[in-house]
Amino acid sequence: MLTHFFQYEFLQNTLYTGLLIGLIAPLLGSFVVVRRLSLIADGLSHVALAGIAFGLFLEKRYGVLFLTPFYSGTLFSVFGAIFIERLRSIYHAYQEIAIPIILSAGVGLSVIFISLADGFNNDLYNYLFGSVSAVSRNDLYGIIIIATIVIVILSIFYKELFMLSFDEEHAKVSGIHAKRIHFLFIVLTALVISASIRIVGVLLVSALMTLPVAASIRIARGFKQTILFSIMFGELAIIIGLISGYYLEIPPGGTIVMVLITSLLLTITLKRVWLNMKRKRAI
Amino acid sequence: MNKSIVQMKNIKYAYEDKMALNNINLTIPTGSFLGLVGPNGGGKTTLIKLILGLIKPQQGQISLFGQDITEFNDWNKIGFVSQKANSFNRGFPATVKEVVSTGLTAQVGYFKFFNQGHRQKIIEAVDLVGMSDYLNQNIGDLSGGQQQRIFIARALVSDPKFLILDEPTVGIDTENVQKFYQLLHKLNSEQNISLLLVSHDVGTMTKYANGVACLNKSIHFHGNTSDFTNLTEHQLSQFYGHDLNIVTHQH
Ligand SMILES: Nc1ncnc2c1ncn2[C@@H]1O[C@H](COP(=O)(O)OP(=O)(O)O)[C@@H](O)[C@H]1O
Ligand SMILES: [Mg+2]
Repeated sequence: MLTHFFQYEFLQNTLYTGLLIGLIAPLLGSFVVVRRLSLIADGLSHVALAGIAFGLFLEKRYGVLFLTPFYSGTLFSVFGAIFIERLRSIYHAYQEIAIPIILSAGVGLSVIFISLADGFNNDLYNYLFGSVSAVSRNDLYGIIIIATIVIVILSIFYKELFMLSFDEEHAKVSGIHAKRIHFLFIVLTALVISASIRIVGVLLVSALMTLPVAASIRIARGFKQTILFSIMFGELAIIIGLISGYYLEIPPGGTIVMVLITSLLLTITLKRVWLNMKRKRAI
Repeated sequence: MNKSIVQMKNIKYAYEDKMALNNINLTIPTGSFLGLVGPNGGGKTTLIKLILGLIKPQQGQISLFGQDITEFNDWNKIGFVSQKANSFNRGFPATVKEVVSTGLTAQVGYFKFFNQGHRQKIIEAVDLVGMSDYLNQNIGDLSGGQQQRIFIARALVSDPKFLILDEPTVGIDTENVQKFYQLLHKLNSEQNISLLLVSHDVGTMTKYANGVACLNKSIHFHGNTSDFTNLTEHQLSQFYGHDLNIVTHQH
């Protein structure tokens, strides 16, 4: 079934991208979920859409080729992340208000740029729901770089980030540079989001970061295992999503999310059955 | 040599313009197990924050281990279990081992990984609080009293000489409170760790601590436990600003 994916270059690009984001999205998503920042991922994906639209606009109107939609999306997403953090410190007591602000700004800009670029057609559809045929070699290189950065930085700062996630106050009292670590984290989140959009789409990118974790958290022991299981769920969903997307000619984002939802429901059910059995045995 | 762990001289601290502590003179000798009592809002947590260097006094001097706090940088010698320690996210998927490891994170430092020696220390700290059987359990699956022990292990893993606990027994049932004090007593007498404990269960505390300080903006009493239990109710209620029931649990 996968043979086509090794034959055609565009499918190879998609497959490698898929496998990479199936790794880094749940990896970073594990921290996003336990830190209760899932909504930030949603906000950032809409800012990334604005960046993509901006890139499309430059390409179509002015023939700009060096700033492809992927790279301008990444740029917007990173600046969006910085902006969210500014907002969160300004609205200290209402930190969640940063999300509707950034989300609406993202959608507003997207509508403007997409209209100006005449892109209210296939382009938009692909960006919203993902596509199996949209990743270029050039984009793939960008995604490989992002994946490398994410994995290296997360490995180096794993213990600090874990401590910050588990108990922020304790981290601060111990002299961990909580603000800087958090900032690094939020920028990584922005990078992962922009890397994932091509395949899962703007509307579903936060799902790829959070649903595998939601399933994994039910059955994992400890945080490392949570990460491991999340990645397994993520990769499974990506592979099924890409294959079905290609053969059934549907955007992969939908299938990916439905596979994730199914595994989520399965883990919840299995856990319940298992607990019941244990309880019966205990009686 | 200076034998005291903490020395506070003439300390004054106000939040904005609200006086929290005034004219504090307090010496905690090495080896003590000092109970700190006082009414809510009496400034106990503020006093601890001053000792931890998280806030700076507007007036007065603090020395830690004989060294002025502004020059002190041996923070690993001081362990801290916060009042908020057990308000963590109970659904957090972390094992006991992982939680206790965070007590070493700052000590190990950036760009370095935990090694075999660190892992050994983690196991020993968990053992010390009697929770070895739970090393690989999720922290959220433990009872409140067990979780509190884990937070103590997290504070102990970096080998502190002085352990500060801010209301650690809130929300723990009486029987486990007894066990908890036995653990503190063991740390104090067998591991030679000096303790500063903020607590409201005065009755149980006076059985295990060897000194008591009573704080309500300033220190109203500081002496050994028998002198404290001999205080008249009238004297006590003056410190507290209201009546205090001393309940000694006999188990
Ligand atoms: N961050 C803060 N900002 C302003 N006032 C504070 C702050 N923290 C504590 N206070 C005030 O300082 C006083 C002492 O508080 P605290 O040290 O927490 O008392 P305790 O721990 O004994 O209950 C209280 O009146 C409290 O309202
Ligand atoms: Mg307090």
